[in-house]
Amino acid sequence: MIREFGSAEFLFLLEGARWTVVLSLVAFTCGGTLGLVVALGRVAKPALLRALMAVYIQIFQGTPLLVQLFFVYFGLPLLGVKVDIWVALTIGLSLHTSAFLGEIWRGSIQAVPGGQSEAARALGIGYVHRMFDVVLPQAFRIGLPATISFLVNLIKGTALAALLGLTELTRSGQLMANITFQPLQVYGAVGLIYFFICLPLTYCSARIERRLNVAR
Amino acid sequence: MSYTFDFGPVFAAWPMLWTGVLGTLKLSSLSMVMGVALGVVFMMMRTSNKAVPKVIAIGYIELIRNTPILVQVFFVFFGLPALGLRMSAEQGAILAMTLNCAAYAAEIVRGGVQSIRSGQIEAGRALGMHTLDIYRFIIFRPAIRAVYPALCSQFILMMLNSSLMSSVSAEELTYFAQTLDTQTFRSFEIYFVLGVVYLMLSQFFSVALQVVGRVYFSYPTK
Repeated sequence: MIREFGSAEFLFLLEGARWTVVLSLVAFTCGGTLGLVVALGRVAKPALLRALMAVYIQIFQGTPLLVQLFFVYFGLPLLGVKVDIWVALTIGLSLHTSAFLGEIWRGSIQAVPGGQSEAARALGIGYVHRMFDVVLPQAFRIGLPATISFLVNLIKGTALAALLGLTELTRSGQLMANITFQPLQVYGAVGLIYFFICLPLTYCSARIERRLNVAR
Repeated sequence: MSYTFDFGPVFAAWPMLWTGVLGTLKLSSLSMVMGVALGVVFMMMRTSNKAVPKVIAIGYIELIRNTPILVQVFFVFFGLPALGLRMSAEQGAILAMTLNCAAYAAEIVRGGVQSIRSGQIEAGRALGMHTLDIYRFIIFRPAIRAVYPALCSQFILMMLNSSLMSSVSAEELTYFAQTLDTQTFRSFEIYFVLGVVYLMLSQFFSVALQVVGRVYFSYPTK
């Protein structure tokens, strides 16, 4: 029997949306941590480290996310690591995130006036405190709008998990479209759910950006 | 680790991958050109004084920018035929990518148009020029020049995004790579080479488009 697309079916999509949110948050947290390392490496003294990080960023910005995910998902088992789809997706999306956030945060670190760092050094403040107490808090403010925009991109990027078979929002939509034969309504609903997850973030980002511009 | 790497089957299938490269370039360049054209229309609606076109444009742009392109292509390719609009995988992919690109292009071009000093536009208006003529003769070239780098990254982004079109079996690079994968089971090697090819493509276009821009926009500004 063919089911109609009704409220029960919509709830099924929302169940899927839960995993979209979880996956985004996990990838954002792990990727953010790694991204900080990338950003710090990118502005570090040793030229080799900077070049290495630049290549790392270039690789992830120059290849499609889908290929990155396939590579992790099919590549890791060859190294003898048995990967669950969640593990593969977390690793893939985190690496992707770290490269993009690394580049965004490099920009914001460099946008902090150099006098700040010099003053801290003149006061004899060591690297860790100089970075975490002086430079990064200011860079955080500058980089916030772009970071939130990237989070929106990441949430949209988790849709690719559907192509690897994780039942998140998009995959739930595929399943539902196959059951109900009403792809127009189903994908419309899926799109709207993404829209209402992402829109507040986009709005936030635009607001913060406007406020920063006024302050400057 | 007991796996033996064998890139042989991947290189043996090079003609197929080359067809894929051409497919990818076709998808991304066609949808980029049409997307920018449509984007300019949305940009004009977005910046017009009338409420209705403005609201439509803002709604469209936000809707596209806040949903995944994968869902958009599913909507176009699987959803629209329900309304009687039948299309091939390639047409569906190009349509979805064009609609997607239009929203981003509209915002990029708007940035460029806003960088034109208002005195220029007022001068055009004082000379009695029609709005379209003002756009054509005064605004566009310097506006595009101002946002040319952003348009270039948008093109590269479109090229990378076109890999998703494999999911509706549009014949582009990733699609052929997946086909090859099912034939040879050399997943690691195939996706490694695939990544390298995309990387080369994006590096190539990033440099090539920069050169084109330098030649085309090399007139003096002042």
